[in-house]
Amino acid sequence: MTNNLPLEKKRISIITKRKKLTGDELQLYSLCAIPMLLVFVFNYLPMGGIIIAFKNYKFDKGIFGSEWVGFRNMEFFLKSNEFAKLVRNTLGLNALFIIVGIVAAMAVAILLFRLKSRLSTKIFQTTLITPNFLSWVIVSYMAYALLNPSYGVLNSILKFVGLQGIDWYNTPGAWPFILTLAGVWKCVGMDSVIYYAALMGIDSTLFEAADIDGASNWQKFCNIIIPSLTPLLSILTIMKIGGIFYSDFGMFYQLTRDVGSLYNATDVVDTYVFRTMRVIGNMGMGSAIGLLQSIVGITLVLTTNWVSKKIDSEIGLF
Amino acid sequence: MKKNNRKTQVALTILFTVLCILVVYPFLLLIGISLSNELDVAEYGYRLIPKNLDFSAYIYIFENPRAVLNAYKVTSIFAVVGTFLSVLLISMIAYPLSKKGLRGKNAITFYLYFTMLFNGGMVSTYIVITQFLHLGNSMWVYILPGLISPWFVFMVRTFFQGLPYEISESAKIDGASEYKIFFFIILPLSKPVLATVALMTFLAKWNLWYESMLYINNDDLISLQYLLQRIMQNIQMLQDASNNINVSSLLSASKIPAETVRMAMAVVVAGPVIAIFPFFQKYFVKGLTVGSVKG
Repeated sequence: MTNNLPLEKKRISIITKRKKLTGDELQLYSLCAIPMLLVFVFNYLPMGGIIIAFKNYKFDKGIFGSEWVGFRNMEFFLKSNEFAKLVRNTLGLNALFIIVGIVAAMAVAILLFRLKSRLSTKIFQTTLITPNFLSWVIVSYMAYALLNPSYGVLNSILKFVGLQGIDWYNTPGAWPFILTLAGVWKCVGMDSVIYYAALMGIDSTLFEAADIDGASNWQKFCNIIIPSLTPLLSILTIMKIGGIFYSDFGMFYQLTRDVGSLYNATDVVDTYVFRTMRVIGNMGMGSAIGLLQSIVGITLVLTTNWVSKKIDSEIGLF
Repeated sequence: MKKNNRKTQVALTILFTVLCILVVYPFLLLIGISLSNELDVAEYGYRLIPKNLDFSAYIYIFENPRAVLNAYKVTSIFAVVGTFLSVLLISMIAYPLSKKGLRGKNAITFYLYFTMLFNGGMVSTYIVITQFLHLGNSMWVYILPGLISPWFVFMVRTFFQGLPYEISESAKIDGASEYKIFFFIILPLSKPVLATVALMTFLAKWNLWYESMLYINNDDLISLQYLLQRIMQNIQMLQDASNNINVSSLLSASKIPAETVRMAMAVVVAGPVIAIFPFFQKYFVKGLTVGSVKG
């Protein structure tokens, strides 16, 4: 319609529109105001608080009164023994979680997809998703019931078959496996949903054509299922790599019950920052480590997003 | 061929049955322990099927309900209020962002989006909340931080954009203001996405414990999950305050069937979640798939 207007008129209408806010626009902006204020207070103010990372923060002196120490906090951390251990644990465990998590979720999705009965699919899926609703506190109780050195089910079984019980909360070596298993147990159902949805979206004529050509299940798997999951798989992996320096604090804190003897295997950046803040009380240091984590995090997210856009312009996160 | 197919189906069914048993087992174990006799636990360890059925753990909790009821009350209040405010405020900012050609829209989007990329971290958030906003030891510390999740804002905005443009247009011609269109037309039409946001927010709030640990010193204001966490170390948290005063009940603290009461508490905390949330599963699934639409 507007194309029919004479050019002059159109231009004028645009100019006048630019000039003053209409009532509608004011109403729209006013709707935004409170949410934006809250985001400012709870997201942007803490970003400003990052200057703590460059200070020797004392509660009685406050942010502005505490003395500047420049990069000393970061330097101290990067030179400490903790640094290498934290990087190793965080990267190693996250890599393990990503690989095992994805393989498990895809396997569950593909096998569920092969199940013909709608009713049993529904029942199985619902059951598998349920742990996702539990908090890590409750999951830690379940883990405790299994791992408790004197009463735990696992040690009862070990003793039953004539082996020695293991003091699990004192055996760091076992924890990468325990954490991975717990993570898969809690998340595999929900994670598999997205792959299952992708499988349901495959054109069924592809399978019919494959059947007519006498394709085996393995051939169908390699030539239909895997190629149709690949885009999703790559984007989810890339997104997870973007967050590889962050950990699920609840999982690490609750499942290990914050037991000191496990730190060597289970301490990650988030738990370390937490302890630096709460136990040691060194705010400047905690903040400095958090800042390093954020900087590496933002770099990774932007890089991985750039990579995923290179792969396929449709699948970037933003 | 057909026979082979049936074999596969049977094999798959067995496989998934086993998987589901593995998923359900830890929960049944908690129930089993909670119904055991304390002495049996000491002698035989935790068992799925109790040697002797014993309800004393539950009786103990029901006789000392104050801490549990209080934590349930606190958690319900902040979960309900938090969810309501969250859904309302998220839609309030998502609506203008769904409008075509609103000036400053990109700036607002970036303003939200940037918080997904970068944050102040645990420490400065803690200091801002306790030293500047003085939200420590108050209910608001559960509710206000994280009220506006950019991820949900973009999800809701995408839904609003999908609504037929003609509806709000014709309302506008009839003289409705943007407020009216938003509250009386857009929101009622968006129930599916709002339900998804509400349920996911409610679940997240219901499972909060970190905020209690960090910001709350007052035992009357701790969340349910944090109460559960504390009980692991200190079973006496459950004792009624009134009982606690006299010495005789302090002595009886050693008589608490600690192992079974702990597990009974875990059942009392987890039970409602497991009983209720699976029914709303489809909303969570929708949240996953809708969320994957890029903003």
